[in-house]
Amino acid sequence: MDSTIRSKIEHLINSKPIFVFMKGNKLMPQCGFSNNVVQILNSLGMSFDTFDVLSDMEIREGIKEYSNWPTIPQVYVKGEFMGGSDILISMYNSGELKEKLEIALAS
Amino acid sequence: MITAKEVTLLIKQSLPDAQIDVKDMGGGDHLEVNVVSEEFSGLSLVQQHQLVYGALKNELKSETIHALALKTSTPQ
Repeated sequence: MDSTIRSKIEHLINSKPIFVFMKGNKLMPQCGFSNNVVQILNSLGMSFDTFDVLSDMEIREGIKEYSNWPTIPQVYVKGEFMGGSDILISMYNSGELKEKLEIALAS
Repeated sequence: MITAKEVTLLIKQSLPDAQIDVKDMGGGDHLEVNVVSEEFSGLSLVQQHQLVYGALKNELKSETIHALALKTSTPQ
């Protein structure tokens, strides 16, 4: 991957404790999977920033390579990849997500 | 367009012991896949999903599979 793209990605995921790469934005998610992630984080009252991959083809492809994860959305916590929509749903249902995010935000 | 059988075979190549259930959520490119395998034991959810995504890498890249809802677990 191009080093400019890599440093752009690293800059984004470290710009906020919870950062989401998604299709569309918080107010208008452009995909059901992206919408799931926004709804879950909102329902937990979490503050997070997002990047719309539909606006940037290089980031859209780069982020998949960065995390070795072929799909969007992608959620990063403290700069580390946490999962996509399915994993967030599963962690949310088990209660693990709230706990993990609270610990991450407190540290 | 990819059939449930093709998806199952692709995953089996990477995870021979897996029990796989594929549901078509519409149009043949929105799939819901449930994979149960012993190989997942000790792995994080991210690592478990990466194994399955790896098996379907080309199909995801070419968007033959456009959307994939994935569930992974180990046998009870």
